[in-house]
Amino acid sequence: MRNLPVSLWIGGALVGVIALAALVSLVWTPQDFATVAVSERFQPPSARYWLGTDQLGRDVLTQLMVGARNSLTIALVAVGLGGALGTALGLLAGAKGGWTEEIVLRLADFSFAFPALLFAIMLAAAFGPSFANAVVAIAFINIPVFVRVSCASARQVWQRDYVLAARASARGGLAITRDHVLPNIAAIVIVQATIDFAGAILIEAALSYLGLGVQPPEPSWGRMLSEAQTLLFLAPQLTVLPGLCIVATVLGFNLLGDGLRDLADPRREKAR
Amino acid sequence: MPFLLRRLAGLVATLTGISLVVFAVMNVLPGDPALTILGLDSTEDARAALSAQLGLDQPVWARYLDWLGGILQSDFGTSYAYRVPVTELILERLPLTLTLGLLASILTIALATALGVFAAARHGKAGDWVTMILSQLGIAIPAFWLSILLVLLFAVTLRVLPSGGFPGWAEPLEALKSLVLPVTALVLVQASVLARVTRASVLEVAKLDYARTARALGLSPRRVMWGHVLPNALVPMVTVAGMQLAGLITGTIVIENVFFLPGLGRLMFQAINNRDLYTVQALVLLFASIVVIVNFLVDMIYLLIDPRLREGRS
Repeated sequence: MRNLPVSLWIGGALVGVIALAALVSLVWTPQDFATVAVSERFQPPSARYWLGTDQLGRDVLTQLMVGARNSLTIALVAVGLGGALGTALGLLAGAKGGWTEEIVLRLADFSFAFPALLFAIMLAAAFGPSFANAVVAIAFINIPVFVRVSCASARQVWQRDYVLAARASARGGLAITRDHVLPNIAAIVIVQATIDFAGAILIEAALSYLGLGVQPPEPSWGRMLSEAQTLLFLAPQLTVLPGLCIVATVLGFNLLGDGLRDLADPRREKAR
Repeated sequence: MPFLLRRLAGLVATLTGISLVVFAVMNVLPGDPALTILGLDSTEDARAALSAQLGLDQPVWARYLDWLGGILQSDFGTSYAYRVPVTELILERLPLTLTLGLLASILTIALATALGVFAAARHGKAGDWVTMILSQLGIAIPAFWLSILLVLLFAVTLRVLPSGGFPGWAEPLEALKSLVLPVTALVLVQASVLARVTRASVLEVAKLDYARTARALGLSPRRVMWGHVLPNALVPMVTVAGMQLAGLITGTIVIENVFFLPGLGRLMFQAINNRDLYTVQALVLLFASIVVIVNFLVDMIYLLIDPRLREGRS
């Protein structure tokens, strides 16, 4: 255990705390997240409101916890969907080679031309802002990333002797992909997913900040910040915590990804 | 020359593809644009007339070709919300976004190079660690939150800079002052990634034989770094810088909205809220094209600094 990279520990701890808060919010929150009590607004931290209340008297801790749940859910579903689809396409391209590979990789290259945030904004503009559309937009952006990573790694596996042996014993492409290629590229795909998780959280936060992501009354860190920005002179404290949550989550996933990568490939320089 | 031609053909193909995607996505908009413009109490006839006027009764491919043909003559259609040509709206706001983007790009590259070289020169020492920890934080901070914190410090508490808005170019000094915080927020976030790449790339090159030879010849560390190591470390830096510039361009969309700067990003956001189809469509296409063209230019610079790639790729 002592040989595990430091970044893995720090990243794991940060992600662990946020994920725990999100999980707890499923069964318990200090207050109801949608309850508005104007008479209780701008309360300082107290036994009743551990982190105080916002401009509508909503409990800040509750908002942060449910915000964590919304952020992580969007990132999990989006990266999961995009990763699964992208990896499947990448595996297909790696197995078939030739024209299939050429077409899949060209499409991935083309998708890269679209900046992630711009694409998400465009989808939100066309289909209206919502939780689901944020997921779709972020999932879509993730597909080409996974196509590239999985195709490049799959091609290397296809050249190994044990794959040649499997082919010689007349095993089909699907069986070889399932039994040999996928297990061998899984580590790289997982590292990529961890790092993309961080990106997904940032994009979700930016979309919600612009009002194009999670819609009220569902809390989100991004929207908490855009609301707090209008109250800078009145209640500057409201701008601090949601931002810290975003930073902690993104930093956590980045460090976790770095640590996992070091673990998967010890020859790389230790990332910090 | 055939090489350059092939790259140019690729650029045109990508741009055409982007125009197709943007048009396809924006034209599956649920709802009738005529209804959006005229409101719920409009008559069926009025909506039909407006649809015809906007060409919405045409088949989709005809509308696409019409749109593309217009763009090639710098005609982006007419804005529903403002009732003026979209081109006019864009030209009015372009200088601000361009200034913001260019200032941020130049400063990002300068800061990232300086930090990367600084960290690499102190490899494993305190200066290196501090720079790397700060850059790791910089990557994790959303630019809009950093902006809010900067406003809190410099506008609300110290009252030395404006918290947002733009006074116009008639007062150049005030105009620049209002750009200080937006540019700072963009640069600090974007420079973080680039500084890490610069450091890694410089460290990689510094290990090579010719760098050792240069040191053995008694050249000063400074001359070895700037004369021998850095020029050879440029290739990965330029690649990442290209991606960073793309991030910067979309970053301006968010930042302009944080600081209420009347640029293209703010216009896009307002157009989305007004469901101003042509304006959104034009701006998405414009931003995506800028990114593609910047990356194309970066690729060209790439070939300029490393001639080996020319043969390698063709």
